Amino acid sequence: MSQEIDEIIKRIMAHKGVIGVIIVNNDGIPLRSTLENSQSVHYASQIHSLASKARGVIREIDSSNDLRFLRVRSTKHEILVAPDHDYFMIVIQKDASN
Amino acid sequence: MEIVYVYTKKRAEFGRQCNFSDRAAELHVDIAPDDNALEDFIERDPVDIGIQCVQEMSEHDANTERFETGARGINHTEGGWPKDINPHEVEQVTRYRKKVEKDEMYISAVLQLGTSMEHCIKQNNAIDIYEEYFEDVNAETIDEAASAKTINVFRDPNEIKRTATHISWFPDGPRKLAVAYCNLQFQSTSPDTSMDSYIWDVENPNKPEMTLKPVSPLVCLEYNPKDSHILLGGCYNGQIAYWDTRKGSQPVELTPIEQSHRDPAYKTVWIQSKTGTECFSTSTDGQVLWWDIRKMGEPTDKMYLDKKQEFANAQGAYCLEYEPTMPTKFMTGTEQGNIISCNRKAKTPLDKIAATFTGHIGPVYALQRNPHFTKNFLSIGDWCARIWSEDIRESSIMWTKQYSSYLTDGCWSPIRPAVFFLTKMDGTLDVWDIIFKQNNPTLTLQVCDVPLYSLRVQESGKLVAAGSQDGTTTLLELSEGLYSMARNEKNLVTAMFERETRREKILDARHREIRLKERGKTEGSKGEKRGSSDDFKQAEGEEGEKPAEEEEQYQEEDLYAKAEKEFFSIIEAEKKKQPTPSQDFDDVEKKGPEEDGEEKTNGNAETENKD
Repeated sequence: MSQEIDEIIKRIMAHKGVIGVIIVNNDGIPLRSTLENSQSVHYASQIHSLASKARGVIREIDSSNDLRFLRVRSTKHEILVAPDHDYFMIVIQKDASN
Repeated sequence: MEIVYVYTKKRAEFGRQCNFSDRAAELHVDIAPDDNALEDFIERDPVDIGIQCVQEMSEHDANTERFETGARGINHTEGGWPKDINPHEVEQVTRYRKKVEKDEMYISAVLQLGTSMEHCIKQNNAIDIYEEYFEDVNAETIDEAASAKTINVFRDPNEIKRTATHISWFPDGPRKLAVAYCNLQFQSTSPDTSMDSYIWDVENPNKPEMTLKPVSPLVCLEYNPKDSHILLGGCYNGQIAYWDTRKGSQPVELTPIEQSHRDPAYKTVWIQSKTGTECFSTSTDGQVLWWDIRKMGEPTDKMYLDKKQEFANAQGAYCLEYEPTMPTKFMTGTEQGNIISCNRKAKTPLDKIAATFTGHIGPVYALQRNPHFTKNFLSIGDWCARIWSEDIRESSIMWTKQYSSYLTDGCWSPIRPAVFFLTKMDGTLDVWDIIFKQNNPTLTLQVCDVPLYSLRVQESGKLVAAGSQDGTTTLLELSEGLYSMARNEKNLVTAMFERETRREKILDARHREIRLKERGKTEGSKGEKRGSSDDFKQAEGEEGEKPAEEEEQYQEEDLYAKAEKEFFSIIEAEKKKQPTPSQDFDDVEKKGPEEDGEEKTNGNAETENKD
């Protein structure tokens, strides 16, 4: 079963421009990562707080609504965050047009 | 007089409970009115007293004390591992990870997330959703009214406020601002006044980024355009100092007092040189000194602002103008209101002063060449700003109206050749756009209530910093119209400058001719007059035909009266031409014989018109 996870990660990494994938749990621990540890921890902690804040915003405006996806575009790359109840997946992708 | 009432109590009775009781009033003191005192006063009749039956109210405002905030980040180094697992133990960590991965929930969650993630990734790769469309098509310029807004205000952090005398922008972009602070009032600095000057980060107005600690307050501060770590400062006591921001707040080197200026070094400017270490400075003591910062022991060159190079007669200078494209020439604005243009590489010391431009009534506080038209320069002094052309020495080609308050500083916009800025003693900043309006400023901003002393525009033309008397530096951002070149702007400005220059030339020629004529008359040589009147004709094209009449006129009346007479005679001529009622006719006829002296001019005027 962990093979499936490996498969998914491999498939995501195969896409154009993807720099790294991190799977983080609610405690901020990177469970799986293709980047090195210090970087993953960095991303994990920062994204965790951002994602919960974003979720809070959506919930506040409409309590029946929930956060489905979060995209943060920066000058160098884009950070995509797919949140779930207990875990979330972070993918860093470089700008395709560059 | 003192009214004293004494009461005694036994020591033993101290601390005893008080027994209050009523008693009749007792008269202690009776002060009768003293009639003699009445003589000190004058009776006033009637007496004016305002009475109002209204609720008394008072207004107070309170401001909380500034709360110093600082921003700090936290570096997160390791995740929130459960208590029993030591994050540094690799085994425990991997074991934990493996355990989690076996969880059913985990796998299904990851699968789900994976699919939605893939969707987005593919989206990203398919199209760039943030693509800039029509980048190369320029937006139609909407003519909006010129405006400016204050972005930030940097206040002097010291208790005793000093004037912000000079501002210099960081050469690599509008990130930092160096401001020199000094109390310019003669001898009014208290000993507690701080002597520091600051470098501010544009984003943080609460605390200066760096402090510069000179031995005497700085009047002028300039970044080295080649090396952004080096700053040059002119001190109130005449010394010149330079700082390296990498080396701290103390100046790296100072010039010795004997070799420096005798008065505050009002302006120091960097020179374009191969080494990038040369500079020159000026002061109201009349000297212009050149320095090399590697060797501040003595000036490399010295010059006095006097035609005959005599120190005693030298005029004190407030400002310097130096254009890197013309490395050997520079200009200074003096206390006497003259602008002296000098050539550093003149053959003889006496030739160093190339030209003097007079015209200002008070000291010239700022001087700058137009960045696009280096032959024209702006000078600020007394109550108006003047634009000069280098070729015309006698007067400026354009000038603003007389302001009601004194002008303190000014500069051109680096991007738009038609725009310049002025600061005044009433705290306003004026923006002039000479293509838009010539007789009034395009924009007047009340920056603060105290006089503004210094001004600097950033290289991009968008940001303007103005320093005031209480040490507050205000950062303003201009509206787009003021920093983007208008259509055809260069041509319009060129045409305007040329037109004004030509007008001045013509006026100048005319004045010269009139003066020559006067001189010729007093000497009594007719030949000269003939010659000059011919030139007159060429220059004017109209009035060259009345030599004889002119001479007679000049002998009798002065120019002013002559102009008046001409005016009235032309009016009369017009009146005669028109069909008038009988009364006027009588008047005209009455005046007829009186006008004999002017008949000739009349006749000539008419012949001129026909011409």
